[in-house]
Amino acid sequence: MTSCVDFINTLSPCLVRAGWNADLANLLSLLLGVVIVATVPLLTVILLIWIERKFAARIQDRIGPNRVGPYGLLQSLADALKMLTKEDITPSGADRILFNLAPIITFATVVLIWAIVPFTPLHIGADLSIGILYFVAVGSIGAVKVMIGGWSSNNKYALLGAFRTIALIVSYEVPMILALLVPVLMAGSMGMQDLTRAQGGMWFIVMSPLAAIIFFVANLAETGRSPFDLLEAESELIAGYNIEYSGFKFGMFMAGEFMHVFTVAVLTAVLFLGGWWGPFVDQVPALGFIWLGLKTAVVYLFMLLIRNTVPRFRIDQVMNINWKFMVPLSIVLILLQSFLLRLIDALGLRPAPELANDLLANLPQTLVLLAGNLVLGAIFMHLLQRHGRTLREADEALAVVKGEAAPAGGMAEA
Amino acid sequence: METLNEWAFVGVFFAIAWVFPALPIIGAWLVRPKKPNALKKQTYESGVETVGDTWVQFRVQYYIYGLVFLIFDVEMIFLFPWAVAYERLDWFAYGAGFLFIFLLTDALIYAWRKRALEWV
Amino acid sequence: MIELNAQTIAFAILSVLVLGGGLGVVTTRNLVHGALWLVLSLLGVAGYFVLLSAPFLAAVQVLVYIGAIAILIVFAVMLTRSMTSLGEVRNRQWWLSAITVILLFLLLAVGIILPVWGRGAPGEVTSLSATVGGAVELGEALVAGDGFVLPFEVASILLTAAMIGAIVVARDEEDEGA
Repeated sequence: MTSCVDFINTLSPCLVRAGWNADLANLLSLLLGVVIVATVPLLTVILLIWIERKFAARIQDRIGPNRVGPYGLLQSLADALKMLTKEDITPSGADRILFNLAPIITFATVVLIWAIVPFTPLHIGADLSIGILYFVAVGSIGAVKVMIGGWSSNNKYALLGAFRTIALIVSYEVPMILALLVPVLMAGSMGMQDLTRAQGGMWFIVMSPLAAIIFFVANLAETGRSPFDLLEAESELIAGYNIEYSGFKFGMFMAGEFMHVFTVAVLTAVLFLGGWWGPFVDQVPALGFIWLGLKTAVVYLFMLLIRNTVPRFRIDQVMNINWKFMVPLSIVLILLQSFLLRLIDALGLRPAPELANDLLANLPQTLVLLAGNLVLGAIFMHLLQRHGRTLREADEALAVVKGEAAPAGGMAEA
Repeated sequence: METLNEWAFVGVFFAIAWVFPALPIIGAWLVRPKKPNALKKQTYESGVETVGDTWVQFRVQYYIYGLVFLIFDVEMIFLFPWAVAYERLDWFAYGAGFLFIFLLTDALIYAWRKRALEWV
Repeated sequence: MIELNAQTIAFAILSVLVLGGGLGVVTTRNLVHGALWLVLSLLGVAGYFVLLSAPFLAAVQVLVYIGAIAILIVFAVMLTRSMTSLGEVRNRQWWLSAITVILLFLLLAVGIILPVWGRGAPGEVTSLSATVGGAVELGEALVAGDGFVLPFEVASILLTAAMIGAIVVARDEEDEGA
């Protein structure tokens, strides 16, 4: 008989024992679960906005929000209140229903991803057998919401921005999904709990750093953060697909973006940094929540660092990086990784099932995979370097033809 | 492991996820000032009055990206079952997967050589 | 009698989505609205797959049809000028399409109903096995020598051909020499 202590997972059987109707009890526990799962990101995002602003401020040698509440902690709440009272303008000629629908869908699709985030070994919204595909599928609705927002505004800039955004989202989905194949190959499952459990001996970031990097970069692009923030390139498209939005609807787009970034950080932690794995998690499963939170924080801060320090790419560069570098790299990576896994099997380096969570037993196969990844990464970086040199030389040759001294040559003559 | 109850959770989530963003928007609608006028409601295009139809014709390049993505999407869908079952399979399965990916790499190379991936 | 449980309720809601979406597609005069109604309808079909315990196919449905094909439809709409609002819905060939649609509907209906006609009461319909639509079984079947390995590779060739065809059709002729 299940105990009633761990109420989140056992609410429904407890209610049934107390004489409730089984269906009703089930529905109630589902509702409670949904509210709990959705509240985690909602509450966190309020704090995250403050962290992000403070972080950006420190990088830019400012203080950042420091007036509302201690250390400016309540700034986000004040902003939310302000946005509530702002006039909300719907441009003439806009498609009213779709115009209002877009921010709702934007936010809802990000919240929905949290259904499959494994918080602890016991607590997960829904441990679907296709967990990782659920993430990809819900994420792919993202392109639809951008289209709705851009199209319904009746604004040329919004439409242009929406189309660029969709082209970018859709393009970067390819290396992202290909990178996700690597953890699936190693864990032999698409369920999020299975993927986490498979990292008991060694995190996937060590076993396949390239997959982790591809997944991370592709998701940076999907979230539209710098250096891929040309979706809201102020100087070119004014603001992108959400240009006509104001008031709380605009706030929803912003909050959705913050939450998307956070969600990506969580998923990176779950898929590549071992999720809830950590010391003593076997004895106290609830500790997993803290380990996951710490790992997520590391990834999140790293994303903030990139956002605040890397300049924006041009749209053609973004497309070239994707189709001519990341996609070929991820294809070769899958071929390599599957080959190495077969090889490890053939050589008998795979740890026995009872030793799957043992660090030492996992070391041989990890070393093989890591070496393969590093060699592949080195080869691709070399190719990239050579390509860069050709481009530079072509530029310099062009400058000479035009009659200007090439920068390097000019320096030498002087 | 997986039951329909897990999916019931997803179903309930889909049913009420839109409430979270809708509530503040409705709340804002209740309290915010509503004084629209024709000038305010003008389309914002850098302060210049909008010219012609919003419905400008787009370049075919977008469509090509969409097509290339669709093809890769279907390819990757085929690869997921292969990856899940990979542990239990043998070298033959590796060969089959290799051939599958290799053939599609050809498609990528073709698109590359034909400059279909170029943003022009 | 049809039992009223969570599954039938879910089926009813999904049917409303699918049929309502379908109705929206054919009644709206705005092509972008039509694409969005289609998205709603396809989402409902994904729900059907879940109810049939084929979650993998549900994910495929969303990923391919909503994430890629719906987007492609909108791109295609954008490529053609002033297609948002079609003024004239009926033209002189409406009766031709009406007959075609009715025939197609009858064909599909007969094809679906005939195999199960008279096979026990609705309550006795045997449920699908738990492994139907499971990704592991699918993966094993796809690359097994006695399974579907040949169709699997042919699918790859087909996709390659589709990509080449798409590029040939969609590309501008002018930069052929480049």
